[in-house]
Amino acid sequence: MTKKQKRSLARILIAAVLLVAAWLLPLEGIWKLLVFLVPYAVVGWDVLWKSLRNIAHGQVFDENFLMSLATIGAFCLSEYQEAVAVMLFYQVGELFQSVAVGKSRKSIAALMDIRPDSATVLRNGEAVTVSPEEVEVGETLLIKPGEKIPLDSVITKGTTTVNTAALTGESMPQDKTVSDSLVSGSVNLSGVIEARVTSLFAESTVSRILELVENASEKKAKSEAFITRFARVYTPCVVIAAVLLAVLPPLFTDQPFTEWLSRALTFLVISCPCALVVSVPLSFFGGIGAASKIGVLIKGANYLEALSNVDTVVFDKTGTLTKGTFTVSAVHSDVISPEELLDIAAVAEVFSKHPIATCIVQAHSGHIDKSRITEIHERAGLGIEAVIDGKTILAGNGKLMDTVGAQWHPCHEPGTTVHIAADGVYMGHIVISDTVKEDAAEAISDLKAVGVRRTVMLTGDDEKVAEAVGKTLGLDEVHARLMPDDKVKAVESLLASKPPKTALAFVGDGINDAPVLSRADIGIAMGALGSDAAIEAADIVLMDDKPSKLARTVRISRKTMRIVRQNIVFSLLVKAVVLVLGALGIANMWLAVFADVGVMVLAILNSIRTLNAAK
Amino acid sequence: MKKTFKLEDLDCANCAAKMECAINKLDDVKHASVSFLTQKLTVETDGEVSDDLMKKIAKVCRKVEPDCRIIL
Repeated sequence: MTKKQKRSLARILIAAVLLVAAWLLPLEGIWKLLVFLVPYAVVGWDVLWKSLRNIAHGQVFDENFLMSLATIGAFCLSEYQEAVAVMLFYQVGELFQSVAVGKSRKSIAALMDIRPDSATVLRNGEAVTVSPEEVEVGETLLIKPGEKIPLDSVITKGTTTVNTAALTGESMPQDKTVSDSLVSGSVNLSGVIEARVTSLFAESTVSRILELVENASEKKAKSEAFITRFARVYTPCVVIAAVLLAVLPPLFTDQPFTEWLSRALTFLVISCPCALVVSVPLSFFGGIGAASKIGVLIKGANYLEALSNVDTVVFDKTGTLTKGTFTVSAVHSDVISPEELLDIAAVAEVFSKHPIATCIVQAHSGHIDKSRITEIHERAGLGIEAVIDGKTILAGNGKLMDTVGAQWHPCHEPGTTVHIAADGVYMGHIVISDTVKEDAAEAISDLKAVGVRRTVMLTGDDEKVAEAVGKTLGLDEVHARLMPDDKVKAVESLLASKPPKTALAFVGDGINDAPVLSRADIGIAMGALGSDAAIEAADIVLMDDKPSKLARTVRISRKTMRIVRQNIVFSLLVKAVVLVLGALGIANMWLAVFADVGVMVLAILNSIRTLNAAK
Repeated sequence: MKKTFKLEDLDCANCAAKMECAINKLDDVKHASVSFLTQKLTVETDGEVSDDLMKKIAKVCRKVEPDCRIIL
């Protein structure tokens, strides 16, 4: 608790004791009033003071003023206990709100505990500890085990393992050595390293992420805007109703004015919309916090709200559902054994820098004897021609085979096919394809489980590759051979065909799909760790490469929305019931203040549950 | 231009909403947002966020919630 909260608590306790004492004292008349005024003043002087000051500013429907009016009215009706109790519970509610909000603010700050406090820099051969803001690009950092990496940098000396758990929510130590880049906010685990700073603190990954999270509450969800608007009309309406209730019935009936005034005061007690106004943004705040705990950054409450209504999820293929790295997926040999075929191919491709060549070489398990090659030519756009063990080996596409008249045939497996011929005779082929991410199938089935109706994949690859991936993952639709602007068109037609009030999310790697990301209702970029472009372009950012986080995020959004709705319905219902009972004279001020403070406490406690929505 | 300011002693959520509403009514402000939870005010304007404008904003805020201070 802060000093202010402690002082408020002390006042509440003293006032409570004085209230009980005043109750027990057998006093009558003016003395009784005076005795009750003591706890009233102790607990409510600031409310009274504020209401006077705000009246001077023309703020009539100010909650302080309404509370003052209600309690002073109660004093006038000789309802002394009620007057003090209303003020007392009002203050209890305010204190609770302040403590609860402060607590959840802190726990979210703890979730995002990635801000480095200091950086150790080598200046003139001496290690100096400074604040990260003071470090210039090009300076050398000294990072010890257990320390946070303060700025984005590149290792110049030493090897270590780092953990990016604070950023991605996934504890996966990664080995790093000289010339590997380090992301600020991750933790150095094992070795002492020196690293050259590559960006200023203000532009570093950690600053960008913190800025993004801190600005998230700026974009308000529809339900939040609704509550704010509602709050604006609620108070004036209740106050006007209270005035009418106090004035009209006594005019037209012969019932006493005091009875109706007392009922009107009950109205004033519940005229503050605080429970709603606090609990709704607090729920979103908690939901966004819970998502950041699993490494998903949401740029605004509106996106969290939209995500809960997601109906269509569109994926980019390469880098999103697949790893974007190629591996040998099949070896089909016609003449020799598959091992021999791979061996010949690997030897032929060993000097090539082409990505396909590299993965054939990687697939070869044994040692590659480079001395077997006597001659080698790269045939641009076709493949490679090499003389190995005295034989002329061709490795490449069908056109290359045609140049020597080798009898090649296409492969039924999807992917890129490398055909191999020796001295003009066809030997077989190797299929290279992009591998599907381990959790991609799970990601799709989980999305289905949370109620996403349509999953679509867009890709620039050919139909065969696209359909194969689509089938393995269980996607509903696959659109192949799309140029970047075709992807925008595809998303637009999907947007047009989705049911109203639902949302379409596009998931990409954020590198060259910025137009699509911005066109979709929710643009989601993944693998954003270290990619500034992705963080800029997307509405939701998955810090690591795991598409399976999507369904978890949808679940968080649903839970958040459920809590928001519960709070709205529950608070409105209780207020409405108390208003009706108050008008009928059944509910008195005691009940009204209990209902008002109680609803707020319950709504806030309910909101805080969103913080644990990730489980 | 967009600028963010910290707020001190912003005690009630309803006041935050009222402040936001009042600031948005100012002529030079394109969009303003007051977050009760992060205790921050974000002001977006076409031109620069001038000291003059900030004075105006501080004035309307004082009217709604005199306890709250904008840290410039």
